[in-house]
Amino acid sequence: MRTLLQDSIERLLADSVTPDLLRAAETGVWSADLWAEIEALGLPLAAVPEDLGGTGASWSDIFVVVRACGAASAPVPLPEAILANSLLATAGLTPPESGVIVFAAGSAGGPITDVPWGRHAQWLVLQDTDAGRLALHSLTGAQVVTDSNVAGEPRDTVTLASGSLMADAAISVSTDAAIRGGAMLRSAQMAGGLGRLTELSADYANERVQFGRPIGKFQAVQQQLALLATQAAAAVAAAEAAFLMAAPEADFLTTASAKAVSGEAAGKGAAIAHAVFGAIGFTHEHSLHFLTRRLWAWRAEYGSDAFWAERLGHAIAEAGDDGLWPLVTDAFAETSNP
Amino acid sequence: MNLLDQFGPPVLPSGLEPLRAAVRAFLTDWAPSYPAEKRALSWMGFDADFSRLLGTKGWLGLSIPKQYGGHDASPFERFVVSEELLAAGAPVTAHWIADRQSAPLILRHGTDAQKERYLPAICAGEMYFCIGMSEPASGSDLASVRTRADRQADGSWLLNGRKVWTTNADRCHFMIALVRTDPASERQAGLSQIIVDLTLPGVMIRPIKDLSGHEHFNEVTFDDVRLDADALIGVEGDGWAQATSELAFERSGPERFLSAMTLFRCLVGAVGPTPDARQAMEIGRLAAWLVSLRSMSISVTAQLASGEDPVWAASCVKDLGTGYEQDTVEVAMRLIDSLPPGEQAATTRRVLAIVQSMAPSFSLRGGTREILRGILARGLGVR
Repeated sequence: MRTLLQDSIERLLADSVTPDLLRAAETGVWSADLWAEIEALGLPLAAVPEDLGGTGASWSDIFVVVRACGAASAPVPLPEAILANSLLATAGLTPPESGVIVFAAGSAGGPITDVPWGRHAQWLVLQDTDAGRLALHSLTGAQVVTDSNVAGEPRDTVTLASGSLMADAAISVSTDAAIRGGAMLRSAQMAGGLGRLTELSADYANERVQFGRPIGKFQAVQQQLALLATQAAAAVAAAEAAFLMAAPEADFLTTASAKAVSGEAAGKGAAIAHAVFGAIGFTHEHSLHFLTRRLWAWRAEYGSDAFWAERLGHAIAEAGDDGLWPLVTDAFAETSNP
Repeated sequence: MNLLDQFGPPVLPSGLEPLRAAVRAFLTDWAPSYPAEKRALSWMGFDADFSRLLGTKGWLGLSIPKQYGGHDASPFERFVVSEELLAAGAPVTAHWIADRQSAPLILRHGTDAQKERYLPAICAGEMYFCIGMSEPASGSDLASVRTRADRQADGSWLLNGRKVWTTNADRCHFMIALVRTDPASERQAGLSQIIVDLTLPGVMIRPIKDLSGHEHFNEVTFDDVRLDADALIGVEGDGWAQATSELAFERSGPERFLSAMTLFRCLVGAVGPTPDARQAMEIGRLAAWLVSLRSMSISVTAQLASGEDPVWAASCVKDLGTGYEQDTVEVAMRLIDSLPPGEQAATTRRVLAIVQSMAPSFSLRGGTREILRGILARGLGVR
């Protein structure tokens, strides 16, 4: 399943996501063709059980899809759609068959902030923090105030129209399931982005000639590239663990670890890539910024590294010195079998 | 190389829980007899009685076949035992190198006679090995070693030269040394691995006191040491390949991120159950990296278990892991003034002083940070 998912998403994104598409998306153009192909592959329903119309893939398999979206800077909310549909299924609700679907936490009665891709979405899965319920809303007729993150990805404020509620259910998931799930998604996207950043930086160091040789011949540059690669690897391993343990809700310990580690890695990694590329990487013509601005944006969303480190720290302190190690070893259940 | 595929999901196979529970219960009983200041030494703590006890428990030589006193177990079982011992700060240095490196090397390259002679005693926790790599003029540039073993007419070897920074040479029975057996050779060619009985005439061992005051490492001088013909391990002239083939095992294990675990534990205890925001963030950040490094290490162990040779990924674990260990000291420095006064804060101060004094060695031993990053850059295709 994992290889199948990886092949299909990576091929699709390699063919579709060009610098021109990304530039257009950042000016507000919706990538309708790409979304149509993604729906045709059934990817938004990947985490939904088969009896509710989905693929029934495990989060560990879905990791490669979210990672690929990060590596390619895919200008569509596929990670958000996968999680939104998974939340619905977990609450026993049947996901819509088609249409752009995203998720948010907030109150149905008031403006809902930070709705990813809200202006382009047809459906909103809302974790209603007041009512303790999970609801599917139609965004038809909703009032949208547009905003965006530092990468130009839509992060809108939405006020629902009356009669928007399509279905809802009481949910047994944690009160922070939506933000926790978002943090898990962003950790995998950052892992993918950092992996691509490492490849691009290594290629550039082999091509760019200064002092009569490729800059990759210089140990100072090699050491920096190695550092970038280790940060990327740490982000990959941390996110892999979070997706392995999501069942179906994002797991606290591994998600907090993944977001904290990948966020820190994103900061360090983007800085190194810009140092390797020099002035050309700082221009808008070069495509490096599509990756580095997304890494900055994703680091800040659904809790920064400091936010998750602090929450994790409280859990560790509560466990105490004797509880620390068992907490760490229990992070990956030994009976897990993806 | 596709970087993103170097670390798969950190899946531990099922069935390890009883082993982990047994080791943990044993360590819980043992811990009160061994104070935090000693646990702080991590895998530099020496206790031959403890090593023999682990041998009788069946927790050494796990991956060695039963016919040689081992247990035919998987790398995952060795991983679980290792990480439990390290997390508890158990004194494992006596047997550590023999169990991790020498026994697998002898199993892979040794003759039947060598296997019979060494493996059962290693598995019993009774025979200890050290590694003779560095020399006064050969540190990171290991291929420049000059210690010579010259074959004599009767097949025996005459050993001359000097090894340095050899951990525990003064307390080990044997050294596996990388030496030049072809006097006309240069660099990686003409090197071989030999097993040196450290009690032989002509072997002189001088402990070297490090900045922490401990004498873990030594200078070992060989002056016309006569070795039997079967001192050679593996193939004459293949020493470089043999020595480097074990690097993935040496560089990806839990000892590359758990060396400062006692300090982390003390810190958590001293901060107490209701940390302020700064304390919580610092402790949580360490925990996040610990969970993630363990994920990497398990992933590499899985690759080793399936017969792959993940040298790149292992170098990654060591570079990040030793940096994390040193970062634990940094975090402790930032928090030390904020700890509520009491016995736990006082213990944490003493443990910090010990771990801080050892910390520079974390990223030197087993390949320096700069050497590892050179390996990583080459793996990225940067030449």
